[in-house]
Amino acid sequence: MLGLHLYMLQRLSALLLAPLIAVHIGVMLFATQGGLSAAEILGRTQGSVAWALYYGVFVAAAAVHGAIGLRVIAFEWLKVPASCLTPLTWVAGLVLAALGARAVVAVIG
Amino acid sequence: MDELIAVRVFRGDDRAGAWCSYRVPRQESQTVLDVVTWIQRNAEPALAYRFACRVGMCGSCAMTVNGEPRWTCRTHVRNVAADNRLEIAPLRNLPVIKDLVTDMTEFFEKWTRAKAVFEPSATRADPLPLISPEGEQRKAASEGIECINCAVCYAACDTVRQHAGYLGPAALNRAWTLVNDERDAGNRARLAAVTGPEGCTSCHSHQSCQKYCPNELNPTAAIAGLKRKAAAAYLRGGR
Amino acid sequence: MRREARVRREPLWLAHLVHRVSGLVLVTFLPVHFLVLGLALERTDTLDAFLRWGENPAVKLAESILVLALGLHLFGGLRLLALEFLPWSPAQKTYAATAAGLAVILSLGFFFNAV
Repeated sequence: MLGLHLYMLQRLSALLLAPLIAVHIGVMLFATQGGLSAAEILGRTQGSVAWALYYGVFVAAAAVHGAIGLRVIAFEWLKVPASCLTPLTWVAGLVLAALGARAVVAVIG
Repeated sequence: MDELIAVRVFRGDDRAGAWCSYRVPRQESQTVLDVVTWIQRNAEPALAYRFACRVGMCGSCAMTVNGEPRWTCRTHVRNVAADNRLEIAPLRNLPVIKDLVTDMTEFFEKWTRAKAVFEPSATRADPLPLISPEGEQRKAASEGIECINCAVCYAACDTVRQHAGYLGPAALNRAWTLVNDERDAGNRARLAAVTGPEGCTSCHSHQSCQKYCPNELNPTAAIAGLKRKAAAAYLRGGR
Repeated sequence: MRREARVRREPLWLAHLVHRVSGLVLVTFLPVHFLVLGLALERTDTLDAFLRWGENPAVKLAESILVLALGLHLFGGLRLLALEFLPWSPAQKTYAATAAGLAVILSLGFFFNAV
């Protein structure tokens, strides 16, 4: 029940997320060796423009993709009325984006 | 000694209905349509059902047999009632008028809403267009044009079930054949019609339509084609 | 009233359900993940305590299940992107099975690497 705009946003965000996730998995596999600590994480990410850009784009794409996915689930499974779908999608997207942005700021400093 | 098949048939409509049981003599080379006909002639004259050609050409006899949508005239009892039990119900996803007869109105209305109708681009005064049978588009159209609107795919589609306004596999499959018809002039309006919230973007690619189509068509592939066309137009800046 | 379950035993219907459920798991996990990372803002000692707690094998198992969800959604999603943007391939069931297999391998790899 997505129009063409939302459909394309969903697919394009997916295309963007795929390589970002591949990198993230790689980093996690590397980082979790020998245990994780706050210092180790921050040592890698703090002050880094590259990580800021990377995680910034990651958060934006994930927020869009997750919100649109929730929209479809709300419509098909929860039978949410059509008039409530757009506000719901915006709220979901903004919550994800806000929490994500806070997390990016937290680790980039 | 006659073998008997235990047959449960849905009787009633959307407001009230029940399974009714009958015992039908089993025969060599018997189809489910034969079973339904036997019941109506010998056990329950008021049983309502549809059929026409009874040779697998018209699609009128489509019903749900043991949970699966099929043409009953082309379903041999020996293939579906190995344990001498049969369950016959009307097609899913359509309102029931009575017993095994469904109301096909919405199915055909969605066909129209999808603009799955040929729009001529020439008049009789113009020369005939020469379409090669080997052309990409002609082959794509050929793969979908044998649809006889039997609604088996529509009944099989779980997305139709969850999404009442979804145009459905048959309408979208026909739209795709027309998108590939080089003589057609209606593609702008047609693409807009099939890419709304109730169009091809709602398909979740379960491929139940392809599995159950008695003519071996593949609406999922046709819908994927529509998605591709729509995406290309979108990225080029059109809509 | 009418028997409906049969149509849902299709492998590709199951693939869709897996994609949807894994997506739900991920979108539920994500805010929690962001909140934990947000601890780095002012409460790095809380973050460290959390990370130490996370060394527990039971937590690693839970994380591996999350990685499974991620793999299923990612590889299943790639199959869908190919289905929708590339020329049609009839081998969808094979691709779906391959996607599931890769996700399991990824999850096991994560688990054995992490514990």
